[in-house]
Amino acid sequence: MRLVYFAAVREAIGVACETCDLPAHVRNIHDAIDWLAGQSSGHALAFQDKSRLRFALDQDMVPLDAVLGDAHELAIFPPVTGG
Amino acid sequence: MKRVLISGEPISTEVALAGLSDLGGGAVSSFTGISRDDGGVTAIELEHYPGMTESSLMRLIDEAFARWALLGAAIVHRIGRVAVGEPVVVVGAASRHRADALEATAFLIDRLKTDAPFWKKEHYADGTSVWVDAKSSDDDRSSRWA
Repeated sequence: MRLVYFAAVREAIGVACETCDLPAHVRNIHDAIDWLAGQSSGHALAFQDKSRLRFALDQDMVPLDAVLGDAHELAIFPPVTGG
Repeated sequence: MKRVLISGEPISTEVALAGLSDLGGGAVSSFTGISRDDGGVTAIELEHYPGMTESSLMRLIDEAFARWALLGAAIVHRIGRVAVGEPVVVVGAASRHRADALEATAFLIDRLKTDAPFWKKEHYADGTSVWVDAKSSDDDRSSRWA
């Protein structure tokens, strides 16, 4: 799955995007975040507070419990602050 | 007329709203958000999600057209570094009578703040920078339109 990061999440992890083969037990975004948090200290820092994260699957906003299904792209970012 | 533009160059309000007054209506309303000198901020920097940002803004315009009798609407938003005093966003709406354009303009900027994937960083004169936190007051204003 292609993972894309924005703003403070991108800076903590150190890359804007990466491709990961998520393990079979990862079914929803919650599972994905828990697994990704173990990949590096940057991931752990970026994902330490799930309540301060927002998500999009294939560019549609979804909640933390959304099932990944056959989506190609998961975006993880802080609450938006445009305008 | 529906216009969405993400711009890395300074926004001209006139260009952003061009055409809205030529649609046969009696009203054009607009909002301009300007980069503000908050406690020593010298510039802000805006990041977006290419593709999703444009589609989320067009979805807001479609929703505004479904709710009000509009003839046109435009959203133009800066990305990259924006110096204090420069426009960050221009939202406009055209309608036959003023109430539709006025309400649609408020709807578009309120919902843009909470729905559109943009992230804002503030740069200070001493070289430091900080990501801006989302405001609960923005959530309150946006939820008025639910």
